[in-house]
Amino acid sequence: MDSLLTPEEIQALYLSAKVALWATALCLPAGIALSWVMARYEFRGKLLLDVLIQLPMVLPPVVPGYLLLLVLGTQGPVGAWLLAEFGVVIAFTWKGAVLASAVMAFPLMVQPVRLAFRMIDPRLEQAATTLGATPWRAFFTITIPLALPGIIAGSVLCFSRSLGEFGATMAFVGNIPGETRTLPLAIYSYTHVPGGEAPALRLVYLSFALATVALLASHIISRRAERLLGYAGDRSLR
Amino acid sequence: MKADLTFKRGEFQLAARVELNGGVTGICGPSGAGKSTFLALLAGLLRPSAGTLNFAGVDLIDTQHGIFVPAWKRHFGLVFQNGMLFPHLSVRDNLLYGFNRLTPLERHLDLKTVTALLEIEPLLQRRPDQLSGGERQRVALGRALLYSPRLLLLDEPLSSLDDRLKQQILPFLKRVKEETRIPMIYVTHAQAEVDYLADRVLKMEDGRLGE
Repeated sequence: MDSLLTPEEIQALYLSAKVALWATALCLPAGIALSWVMARYEFRGKLLLDVLIQLPMVLPPVVPGYLLLLVLGTQGPVGAWLLAEFGVVIAFTWKGAVLASAVMAFPLMVQPVRLAFRMIDPRLEQAATTLGATPWRAFFTITIPLALPGIIAGSVLCFSRSLGEFGATMAFVGNIPGETRTLPLAIYSYTHVPGGEAPALRLVYLSFALATVALLASHIISRRAERLLGYAGDRSLR
Repeated sequence: MKADLTFKRGEFQLAARVELNGGVTGICGPSGAGKSTFLALLAGLLRPSAGTLNFAGVDLIDTQHGIFVPAWKRHFGLVFQNGMLFPHLSVRDNLLYGFNRLTPLERHLDLKTVTALLEIEPLLQRRPDQLSGGERQRVALGRALLYSPRLLLLDEPLSSLDDRLKQQILPFLKRVKEETRIPMIYVTHAQAEVDYLADRVLKMEDGRLGE
């Protein structure tokens, strides 16, 4: 790898992986909780919440990025408070890149997880509670394992989307080498400097490879999970 | 067990006042009469609009005093119409799902006894999707029995099976009745099933329960 990539490129690759992993870790619990609520409950404002969740998918990415900067920048209401109370700065740091990626990738986590929850017959959870399981226990021993293929698919989509995040990251945390310059930002930067075509192309190939491996892994793991969970003869639960 | 429950949902209304003392109580009635709703109320899966439920001297429901003991604390078994076996668990793990939550003192039956009683030993390593309809219902019954329920609720357990399978399973239910002595409420729209199994038969029509 060292001979193929320069230290700057390796840095961009490492940062992308770190940001994508953290963004996925951030989206996972929130995505599961929200998908569960959306799949199982009817409440006032549900449609509006649904629109809000999906909004980052259709907005120009720079819009959520700029909004994050307005709110969480050191001059923004939340950002100024975080700085004054805890000395924490999010804008223009890798943590901000994680947040921007998480916001943009969240809808991709929610879609498959929500669908997976909707496919599970609620009577299975009821059956568990009549066998002494608390609702939490039923959730973790019945619902989560049955939704696992959807959760895996959502996580991989979230991870892949985070790897490719550009617009919101650029607007919120800039393009700082070693701090916020992830793969797409590095490619963008190389295309703007003389002689940058070759490294840009190398990173393009690398991005292709990473995305392909992630998607292949998602399919393989999901299929394995489905087999393990005994979905072979019961397609209705897919 | 004493129950005096009312339940309203939209146009549907259920009113049930009944006192049961062990044995098998059959509840017979047409589809949509409210039989499954009544069982769900007893099991704690639904909250009644008003009423009381007392089992073995303990109030499980008393809407006036805000008492509602949830399903997982009632210790009642429920066998669903189509078994509702957990598709990701083997037959063995399905059977032990409730059993494993019990302390040794609470366990009145063991895996060996129940699998022998229902003749399901050869199925233990299988997955629910590898079972026939009749096998699935026997496993569901075994799973509920292994939880050592204080009351066993059976919600049309044979309705999804053809007549040949029904004739095969009814003797198992009779055997469970005679060998475990667990009080049961058996809901069905088939009069012949309650005639065969039940010590007492109640009728349910348009949400009303009576002799």
